[in-house]
Amino acid sequence: MNLSPAFFDVAYLLATILFIFGLKGLSHPKTALRGNQCSMAGMALAIVVTLLHPSVQNYGIVLGGLAVGAIIGVPVALKIQMTAMPQLVAALHSFVGLAAVLVAGGTYLMHVQQGHTDAVLLVELIIGSAIGAVTFTGSLVAFGKLQALLGSAPLVFKGQHALNGVLIALIFGLSAVFVQSHSVLLFTVVTVLSLALGFLLVLPIGGSDMPVVVSMLNSYSGWAASATGFTLGNQLLIATGALVGSSGAILSYIMCKAMNRSLFNVILGGFGTSAESVTGNAPSKPCRAASSEDAAFMFENATNVIVVPGYGMAVAQAQHAVKELYEQLHEKGVDVKFAIHPVAGRMPGHMNVLLAESEIPYDAVLELDDVNPEFARADAVLVIGANDVVNPAARTNKTSPLYGMPILEAYKSKMVYVIKRSMNPGYSGVENDLFYLDNCSLIFGDAKKVCENLVNCLKSA
Amino acid sequence: MSETMIAIYVFTLACFVGYHVIWGVTPALHTPLMAVTNAISAILVIGAILVAGSVEASQSLWIQLLGFLAVVLASINIFGGFVVTNRILAMFKKKS
Repeated sequence: MNLSPAFFDVAYLLATILFIFGLKGLSHPKTALRGNQCSMAGMALAIVVTLLHPSVQNYGIVLGGLAVGAIIGVPVALKIQMTAMPQLVAALHSFVGLAAVLVAGGTYLMHVQQGHTDAVLLVELIIGSAIGAVTFTGSLVAFGKLQALLGSAPLVFKGQHALNGVLIALIFGLSAVFVQSHSVLLFTVVTVLSLALGFLLVLPIGGSDMPVVVSMLNSYSGWAASATGFTLGNQLLIATGALVGSSGAILSYIMCKAMNRSLFNVILGGFGTSAESVTGNAPSKPCRAASSEDAAFMFENATNVIVVPGYGMAVAQAQHAVKELYEQLHEKGVDVKFAIHPVAGRMPGHMNVLLAESEIPYDAVLELDDVNPEFARADAVLVIGANDVVNPAARTNKTSPLYGMPILEAYKSKMVYVIKRSMNPGYSGVENDLFYLDNCSLIFGDAKKVCENLVNCLKSA
Repeated sequence: MSETMIAIYVFTLACFVGYHVIWGVTPALHTPLMAVTNAISAILVIGAILVAGSVEASQSLWIQLLGFLAVVLASINIFGGFVVTNRILAMFKKKS
């Protein structure tokens, strides 16, 4: 077929616009599904048009590859449990990263074969490959930590930052040499060094900082796509990659802000490993334990109840029991709201998805700024598997590592019940002052079991 | 304007568009946002197709292999990403 270059440009522009509308749809749950369809249409358009491109000659291998991807991707996406979304997203990021490396490598070999390799192209190629490689191994480590294949504790060793510094210097230096001498060997060496860098960058970052890491890798995967666009001179890839890149960057920013830490501090890693110094001033007061029956009685007679879910709810797979609890209370005329901290869970919005999965209406689920004024009016609060995000020390104790972090003000309500498996401190390693307040009681046990007990108590009441 | 310069223009402007659009996304939908941006970033399938399907690929097994693997990986992302996003968003649609 003899199509003019303008045909492709216009089609790719259309695809870009469809992607923008797709993302815009996510501004509200009502328009989100339509938005997703927009994005899908954009992708379909881009692929079909590319297949018509005169330089695409070998259809078998392309269509075969697309089919294999569909056969692997669709069943996984249909079966994956919502608690495992962070792992899935990390795995998918790694694929984008690796694909960027492969495309850069392939494009390089093509240009070598054609015999024209100019400096600008080589710069773009090596950047594309390096970003892709860091994304690939960084995401693999994140996946390993989220899937509990690797320990989620930060892995720190002496000279770690110096080693990363040397690696980065080597990558830049050798890239410069590559651009002048362009050998396949140098291309490979820089790519391998970048693979090592991605690995080392994520290792020292602990499990609870994963929302930042996953967002950051999301951003990288976008920049990798953009860099590929530069090498191919393809505006669709450049623009789309930039959309994704800025999305990930904004999410990282929001997550860091919610932890009152700088991105730099998170990347340096090792958080929660040196907090022993602050646990020394443990409060002298004992904390109070309560039974499910006591708590159920309080909830039943309350007008307003706020539930604060955290990662512990996801670990215990308690979201469906929570939904039953919500229904029981709702039937008894109790107003139940859910309070979500931005870093609750292992990825941005993780808790919202779990609650949506268990069919809790999204208008009962409130974000930090909207819910905080409500706590003072709440008769009772139920904290399920959350810890640092409800620690009043973030407000009151200037020496606490958590000081300054925005928290859910659960301590302001008349009564707080915290479901906890043990007295172990949260991720930060900081003792939670909330547990020792007069209006707080702890219910010891597995989140799911306790929620089921609460439901049974309410049913028999 | 050189081709590279045009590319830099497009890149910069797209970053601004992204900035404004993404701040408009409700925090409740941040997980599907990540899932869908994941699928969208697999737009580099275009690059993979151009490598795998090229004339050069039919003359070099290496290029063919790199291209094919890239198409497969990007395709997993596209299908996996969009399907899972759809699944999540359908959950938000229920009961509203």
